[in-house]
Amino acid sequence: MDITFQDVSYIYQPNSPFEFRALEDISFHIPSGSFVAVIGHTGSGKSTLIQHLNGLVRPTNGEVIVGSHSMKAGEKTKDLKDLREKVGVVFQYPEHQLFEENVEKDIGFGPLNFGVKEEEIKRRTREAIQAVQLPEELLDRSPFDLSGGQMRRVAIAGVLAMSPDVLVLDEPTAGLDPRGQREIMEMFHRLHKEKRLTTVLVTHSMEDALRYADHVIILNHGKKFMEGQPKEVFVNEKELREVQLDVPEVIQFLNKLEQRLGKKVPYHGQTITQLAKELAAVVKGREAHE
Amino acid sequence: MSSNMIIGQYVPGNSVIHHLDPRTKITIIFFFVLIVFFANSVMSYGLLTVFSLGSALSTRIPVKYLVKGLTPVWFLILFTFILHLFVTKEGTVLFSILTLDVYSGGLIQGLSLSLRFFLLILVTSLLTLTTTPIAITDAIEDMLGPLKKFRFPVHELALMMSISLRFIPTLMQETEKISKAQASRGVDFKTGPIKDRVKAIVPLLVPLFVSAFKRAEELAMAMEARGYQGGEGRSKLRKLQISRLDIYSFIVFGLVIFGLFLTRS
Repeated sequence: MDITFQDVSYIYQPNSPFEFRALEDISFHIPSGSFVAVIGHTGSGKSTLIQHLNGLVRPTNGEVIVGSHSMKAGEKTKDLKDLREKVGVVFQYPEHQLFEENVEKDIGFGPLNFGVKEEEIKRRTREAIQAVQLPEELLDRSPFDLSGGQMRRVAIAGVLAMSPDVLVLDEPTAGLDPRGQREIMEMFHRLHKEKRLTTVLVTHSMEDALRYADHVIILNHGKKFMEGQPKEVFVNEKELREVQLDVPEVIQFLNKLEQRLGKKVPYHGQTITQLAKELAAVVKGREAHE
Repeated sequence: MSSNMIIGQYVPGNSVIHHLDPRTKITIIFFFVLIVFFANSVMSYGLLTVFSLGSALSTRIPVKYLVKGLTPVWFLILFTFILHLFVTKEGTVLFSILTLDVYSGGLIQGLSLSLRFFLLILVTSLLTLTTTPIAITDAIEDMLGPLKKFRFPVHELALMMSISLRFIPTLMQETEKISKAQASRGVDFKTGPIKDRVKAIVPLLVPLFVSAFKRAEELAMAMEARGYQGGEGRSKLRKLQISRLDIYSFIVFGLVIFGLFLTRS
């Protein structure tokens, strides 16, 4: 589903001493099927932004369009339930939302709410638990008996079982060990391609953004700071540092190399192997001159 | 939940009342609540009103904020007034609305009771408006101190109070977070038949309890790791101290009590 933001602003507790502008005049367009990374330091408005995607909050100004649903400031949103079925949100620390007596019921909770038939719920539950790479034996266990990593996977499976068209991920790997982080991100990437999802990933990890996203939006103090393809955005090391963000290691390395050797190796999204070859050519070329 | 409800909310400030020792405030308010019931003449009510409004103004909390914050209370006060106006049948008939006679006694009764009510609410809410919950807890612990002689666990009680106060905002945040997560999974908290809405609380309450217990366990562990072992011999970061300001306020309040008994009829 296409996602469009038109001059969206959001103000917490307007007209009170505690008024706070979380978003200011945000506009962008995400075509269906893209993998978008939303980046910004803490308090830049990322979480507020993604809550607009399934109507948890309504814009104070402007309009949000998700597929055929439109949310305009001051207007009531119709078919909120339908929107929430199509937009699955994996919140930060999603394991905090587990509550059912066994894993199977918890995964099936979303689809049940949206009126999916029992047979279909069964099928989706199994599909979801396979997608998150957990053994089916866990289905009968209490979600509170699992390890932290397993709980996270169950919670994610609960969102996948809704079989959404848009998947919104709010730092889905926070607090996991490095291997768990890699596995979870690979899984989302695979699902994104297999099911032709539109994925919105909120992250602090520039490496993840560079590796998976095909579009990057950078927020700073509630405003859109930069937008574009990762390889275009991440080369602006100076600007990114100004808003307290890092650039991916590859680009840091290339920038340092340019400073030291005075040789510019442009980054255009090449793999590590490709890059190594290009570098070898450059370095050898230098030696050849001497 | 209405965000402009001020009962129980602390508004930071730098006024005399903010600087008073919390024990002074609690004592004065305690006796104020008692003496409000002794007022019975126009003069005595006037005196108490001047005292309460004066205190409220001296906190420099915006009047608009106070008036708006007491919205639910205004309704109760009005209700008290109207009830007494029509129900009390003493004195002479002043006028009648439809078939209901309004007596002079009813008018007086209604006015004095709603005024009492207003003064009580105003003065008691000044305590929480100008004192942090922690300071109130410290004061209570100190004032209940003598009960320690009877093996009453004063310190533990105060600790429990301050811990629960500390975790109210945390739990509120947690509630909002979980309700948003469940709403995203299709739970509808706001519409639909009552039966469904009550059922919708389960997916909210279970995770909330789980996290509250987990937090309690972690807190207990952290306290133990830092060698916490109860109130015996424990020094305080914020020491309560009676200053000149407190003595002055006791004098002022004493004069008010004195004046009250002079002006009573």
